[in-house]
Amino acid sequence: MNATDYDRPGVDMAWCPGCGNFAILKILKQALAELDIPPQRLVVASGIGQAPKTPHYFQTHLFNGLHGRALPVATGIKAANPELLVIAQGGDGDMYGEGGNHFLHTVRRNPDLTHLVHNNMVYGLTKGQASPTSLPGFVTPLQTEGVFQEPFNPLAAAIALNASFVARTFAGAFEESVAIFKQALTHPGYALVDIFQPCVTFNRVNTFQWFKEHSYFLGDNHNAEDRAQAFQRAIESDPWPLGIFYRNPARADYIGHLAPFDGDRRPLHSRRPNLEALARVLQGKRAL
Amino acid sequence: MPPIREFSEDIALVIGGEAGRGIQTVEQLLTIALKLSGYHIFATKEYMSRIRGGSNSTQIRIASRPVSAGLGRIDLLLPLDQKALERLRPGLRPESVILGDAEVLSGAEDLIHIPFGQLAEQAGERRAANTVAVGVLLGLVGQGLEPLLAALEQQFADLDRSVIDANLKAARSGFEAGRNLVGEGRLALCLQPTAAVANDLFLTGSEAVAYGAIAGGCNFVSSYPMSPATGALLVLARHARECGIVVEQAEDEIAASNMALGAWYAGARALVTTSGGGFDLMTESLSLAGMTETPLVIHLGQRPGPATGLPTRTEQGDLEMALYSGHGEYPRILLAPGSHEQAFALSRQAFDLADRFQVPVIVLTDQYLLDALTNLPALDLEPLPVTGYTIETGADYRRYAIAEDGISPRGIPGRGQGLVCVDSDEHDEDGHISEDLALRIRMVDKRLRKLVAMTEAALPPELDGHPHADTLVVTWGSTCQIVREALRRLHEHDLAMLHFPQIYPLPKQTGDLLARPRHLIVVENNATGQFAGLLQRHTGRRADHRILKYDGLPFTVEELTKTLRGLLDRYRPDPMECCDECD
Ligand SMILES: Cc1ncc(C[n+]2csc(CCOP(=O)(O)OP(=O)(O)O)c2C)c(N)n1
Repeated sequence: MNATDYDRPGVDMAWCPGCGNFAILKILKQALAELDIPPQRLVVASGIGQAPKTPHYFQTHLFNGLHGRALPVATGIKAANPELLVIAQGGDGDMYGEGGNHFLHTVRRNPDLTHLVHNNMVYGLTKGQASPTSLPGFVTPLQTEGVFQEPFNPLAAAIALNASFVARTFAGAFEESVAIFKQALTHPGYALVDIFQPCVTFNRVNTFQWFKEHSYFLGDNHNAEDRAQAFQRAIESDPWPLGIFYRNPARADYIGHLAPFDGDRRPLHSRRPNLEALARVLQGKRAL
Repeated sequence: MPPIREFSEDIALVIGGEAGRGIQTVEQLLTIALKLSGYHIFATKEYMSRIRGGSNSTQIRIASRPVSAGLGRIDLLLPLDQKALERLRPGLRPESVILGDAEVLSGAEDLIHIPFGQLAEQAGERRAANTVAVGVLLGLVGQGLEPLLAALEQQFADLDRSVIDANLKAARSGFEAGRNLVGEGRLALCLQPTAAVANDLFLTGSEAVAYGAIAGGCNFVSSYPMSPATGALLVLARHARECGIVVEQAEDEIAASNMALGAWYAGARALVTTSGGGFDLMTESLSLAGMTETPLVIHLGQRPGPATGLPTRTEQGDLEMALYSGHGEYPRILLAPGSHEQAFALSRQAFDLADRFQVPVIVLTDQYLLDALTNLPALDLEPLPVTGYTIETGADYRRYAIAEDGISPRGIPGRGQGLVCVDSDEHDEDGHISEDLALRIRMVDKRLRKLVAMTEAALPPELDGHPHADTLVVTWGSTCQIVREALRRLHEHDLAMLHFPQIYPLPKQTGDLLARPRHLIVVENNATGQFAGLLQRHTGRRADHRILKYDGLPFTVEELTKTLRGLLDRYRPDPMECCDECD
């Protein structure tokens, strides 16, 4: 498929000119095209914010739900139909703030889905408050004296929880990002891709140029199957490493643990209520 | 020689004891053995919010005819410890009998002493005292011991053979002791077994809810544990493999309901089961279900609030929460079963209604109903049509195509060529974000229009008694069978009851039905009369009396009989006036 096959011509986009979201959308379409994923097989669950609007701007099934809640929705979708390719997409506030608890537990659960977090270190849609990943000293109309908290480190958190795939990239690095997205999308199990993304309107500190100058891709010497090494790299900051930090192919497959899919991966929508099984169960409630 | 104490036809046995000290085992063994012996059973629990200690009790109603409500009286009290004796004693009447082991109970001169402990020791297992007690009760009832022996084999299957044998022996000697009490003319329980009852279903309310869900096609449940709603979750988990159910213990109720919405969206039939506090957390996603028109079934097992309230007790205090929670305006359906059969039926129906109207359906039960155990001849397993509510999409599919009845054909991702786009923001017919305000009005109207068809399809209220009775008693949810039995006892020609299995939207005929009686009484297990308020807002008819209870306990048949009797006496016209009218 071609990236343009996913276009929705004429759609009115709510992003500022120059927003990093455009670049991420382009990366995503390219990765999907190269993997030949038809829109009919793809579902994007997203939350609320500027980033979660992404699925409205290309051809895909979408469940644009509540702020912070994309991961449980995505999990429910995957668990109802393992044949679908499922992405959960949103911003850093959405996924690490409002939805932080779901982030932790989705990593533990390890459903086969790709988690795309557009990390612009600021709340975009609500016009410029600090996000969990804002760096100390970041001044906003709400954090008038600057952020003082320790920034949330999603990669380190995910590796601490033994996530099965953990990566970070930068929206401005097209080719590297396409490659990372493809790896994430084809990874069996939960795959986190945190994406550095400039917000041209509300974050005048962490700009395109800033991200470019303060990040670099991990070299060939990084062993992504070494958890301790991955963690070590994940806690490095300024410059921030990019790339695939960690991969654990041994994590158990979520779907395989769900009773209806034991030896049968057909979607739940194709199944009928099992009234014979229920009749047997009820028969048991007549005797001891 | 003390006079013979005799109880017949319908006996209220209460067992009291400390949590974690075998009271649950006694209850399980006894109820199943009695049911297998052909007696009708209705057993309710009353317990404290702790794993050990405290003092809990179980009331087991043993009857020759079907029974489906709890009593207030105690005929036979079996206190397993001193605390239970002291706590339950004030509820005794002069005719009540206390059965117990004088070695563990003191200050009960009227006690019928049976040396449970000593008999257990003789059987070779000091810890089998409770088994002796169960044996005594079966001996009193007078049928065979076989069902108990079989139940013991099953209950203790994981234990050493020697322990099982000791328990069997303990049961036998208890049985003997019970027989002797009868033989000596000290105590008699006169009950007629019915052979068919032995083959009845034997279910708790939680099981009825869970089996109803399976019958309704439920193949996905995501929930977070919370009493009293966990029971249904456990039942679904127990049968997950056999019946093909995804069972997910979510990290919180927010995740639970969002998972369920994702599952419904992708074509599953999903349930969440929770109680008030958990429901609170789900309210934003309830609103999401309303906006995205994604079906959802929530089982709301009520317990007394606010906040953590009385975690193990009962109340009907969450009707207004279920009705009004979630921001914005969107339709929903509220069902409230009044019995075990109805819990099964409505739980099943909930899936059908949710799918048909693409709305959230909330099934309201409570601790009393969920924990109650009873026997039933059968449940309706005729298949409901579970297909036909979703379509195979074409390439030009529009999820929110404006439909005359408001119900846009629902597609699911992966079935057909169309893209299924649903959105929490206001959206266009394709499901994409829109801030077109004229479209906004069309979409609000479309969603609310579903209420017309939903009202048309509303489950009718159930009338028991004469349609033109002077006094009408209204119930919703678990008070139904208690009121029904109170009415039987009152045996008044001019008194009827109306039970609402569906409490929202109210069926069309509600106004007419409530306009007829001269006196309208609403019975609710809450402090503010929430259903009476809803009826008044809906029909203009104000209840003349609300019988309310909110101490954490269910109504009993006796107390409702008495309260209703009092009201009827007040309503009764004086004889002169009556004669004028009757001529
Ligand atoms: C329950 C709830 N709380 C708050 C909001 C308001 N809100 C919408 S988006 C957002 C944060 C946006 O920031 P981020 O998630 O980083 O995404 P971005 O817009 O930067 O892409 C907030 C607080 C909401 N929609 N729902």
